Amino acid sequence: MNVPTMAEMMAQGKQPEVLFWVGAAGSYDDRAKKITRAFVKILHKANVDFAVLGTEESSTGDVAKRAGNEFLFQMQAMMNIEVLNGYEIKTIVTADPHSYNTFKNEYPELGGNYKVYHHTQYIKKLIADGRLSLDDTKLKDKRVTYHDPCYLGRANGEYESPRAIIRKMGVNLLEMKRNKSSALCCGAGGAQMFKDAEKGDKEINILRTEDALETKPQIIATGCPYCNTMMTDGVKAKNSENTVKVLDIAELIVDSQNL
Amino acid sequence: MHYLPNIIFAIILIAGIGFFVKNIKKIIRNINLGKDINRSDNKSARWKNMAYIALGQSKMVRRPVAGILHIVVYLGFIIINIEVIEIIIDGLFGTHRILSFMGGFYSFLIGSFEILAFLVLVSVTIFWIRRMIVRIPRFWNKEMKGFPKNDALYILYFEMVLMSLFLIMNASDIPFQIVNTGNPISQFLAPIFSGMSHETAHLIEQTAWWIHIVGILIFLNYLYYSKHLHILLAFPNTFYANLEAKGKFTNDKNVTKEVKMMMDPDADPYAAPPEGEEDAIPEKFGASDVTDLNWVQLMNAYTCTECGRCTSVCPANLTGKELSPRNIMMKTRDRLEEVGENIDKNGEFKDDNKQLLNDYITPEELWACTTCNACVEECPVNIDPLSIIMEMRRYLVMEQSAAPQELNIMMTNIENNGAPWQYNQMDRLNWKDEE
Repeated sequence: MNVPTMAEMMAQGKQPEVLFWVGAAGSYDDRAKKITRAFVKILHKANVDFAVLGTEESSTGDVAKRAGNEFLFQMQAMMNIEVLNGYEIKTIVTADPHSYNTFKNEYPELGGNYKVYHHTQYIKKLIADGRLSLDDTKLKDKRVTYHDPCYLGRANGEYESPRAIIRKMGVNLLEMKRNKSSALCCGAGGAQMFKDAEKGDKEINILRTEDALETKPQIIATGCPYCNTMMTDGVKAKNSENTVKVLDIAELIVDSQNL
Repeated sequence: MHYLPNIIFAIILIAGIGFFVKNIKKIIRNINLGKDINRSDNKSARWKNMAYIALGQSKMVRRPVAGILHIVVYLGFIIINIEVIEIIIDGLFGTHRILSFMGGFYSFLIGSFEILAFLVLVSVTIFWIRRMIVRIPRFWNKEMKGFPKNDALYILYFEMVLMSLFLIMNASDIPFQIVNTGNPISQFLAPIFSGMSHETAHLIEQTAWWIHIVGILIFLNYLYYSKHLHILLAFPNTFYANLEAKGKFTNDKNVTKEVKMMMDPDADPYAAPPEGEEDAIPEKFGASDVTDLNWVQLMNAYTCTECGRCTSVCPANLTGKELSPRNIMMKTRDRLEEVGENIDKNGEFKDDNKQLLNDYITPEELWACTTCNACVEECPVNIDPLSIIMEMRRYLVMEQSAAPQELNIMMTNIENNGAPWQYNQMDRLNWKDEE
């Protein structure tokens, strides 16, 4: 795919309209890489002039911070801010709600001030600006339920952008009993993704997958690579992987548009 | 000896209020053991929060049944207390229903109080049924044993008795019943007393009156020992609550200072600290005891009424983990009270070889949290258990290097290759050619 880096842009004396922050999961995790590529297809389709940092990108430090390592977080933050400010980045879009949250809320005090979009917000804006239109025929009446990522929903109050996009695809959007501000976490947040769960009687992702399966969906949509992993594992544990797909909203769009 | 009842009343009143004030001062002192945090910005948003959330109970009705019943009890509590003004005047001056000169308006007031008292009685009874018969799970979590369980019941019984006494007091007041206005509820109880001699009925009325006012004073003083302080602290607690996005965790300023120095190529690591900072004691990172928390977090602990809505939505608790956000608040208060008693006894805090971490809150609880903010979202009075969990994680990691092993590996990876997994940073863009 054609994915320009900031270094290449700079060499050509160009400044993209937006930086796409890929994040660690989107860069390295095989499942999340598909989400990254899906979002790039959408950016191409809408003729967005974007770039990535590529090998100059490093962990936002978000997960270190949630784990309690404020030193490592601030080290990472200040290193990233130096790079971002060096390239005079003004606008960032990311498909990872954790990166979104930390850029938006925690970087400004440390000297990093950017206009930050979650990819669902950015896609919504592309549609509103007439740069992207969604096909509502291909997924028509598919049963889709949406799982709210904590760091997009409760953490930042964004419940509507993802739903607005999903509705535009003509699907049958089903709400779980716990949704929006009362949505249940997938179990990955607060650095849990990188450790075994503490002793208990159930895994959180199983409980959340049960919430989702109660709506009898064909697709579980979400907007976070970590939620995606947790829900995918949950669906497998429930032996439902042949009937229920777990997709990021960007992938849903790519499917509906044949991109 | 004619004035004896008035004098006794005055003494009881002064003692009741005096003891309460003394204890409230203790609470304020304990809250002030917390670190300073500036929550005086954006006053208009703060007043608005207090008006909507504490006064308007907007978050209570997220759960409609409990929410509406609670509003009845809350309104009843506030409005019926207007009657206490008359009781105090009557008690001090030996008068009887001093405000009855207001005529129709007085009847209207007393009538409203009676209806509210009845509704409160009904609501409180339903609360009791929900707790003891329906056994709603959040009232039966494992931290709700012993005093916390009984505390909730004592409060319900208190309210039942006080409301009943108010109605009995009116029903046995034969002259009041003869006037027959302002007695929409007590008129149905009046027949029980109407057959009695006037002396007997009067004795019952007087007894109910005395137990009622003494009961109110006892209840007032019980607050300090109970979970019921929320009736007062809900107001400052919502006023001083965090106004930022829930996902924004604080950036530790002391860390910022050190990191900036590490990253400044011109910094001289051996340079003397700038003027005025020589005495700066190296701060402890994070929190291991209540005095490491800020005063808002400590106020949160006193405000918590142990309703358990937080715990009932906590993903960790729902899946059988040790963590319960309510218990984090309860343990914080328990430890704070222990520290307070220590100060009362010794004049200042004497090390007791205990702290909030380990002696009250275990690392297992702290590491079960997904930082999902469900507890914070759910709390009807904007308590923030998550902020305490995070401060304690910071202590575990930055002071004790006591993170779970897998998290240490994750952090080492970030340090070495800028990602939580062990991948080469040079491979970050490989995804673009992999389809």
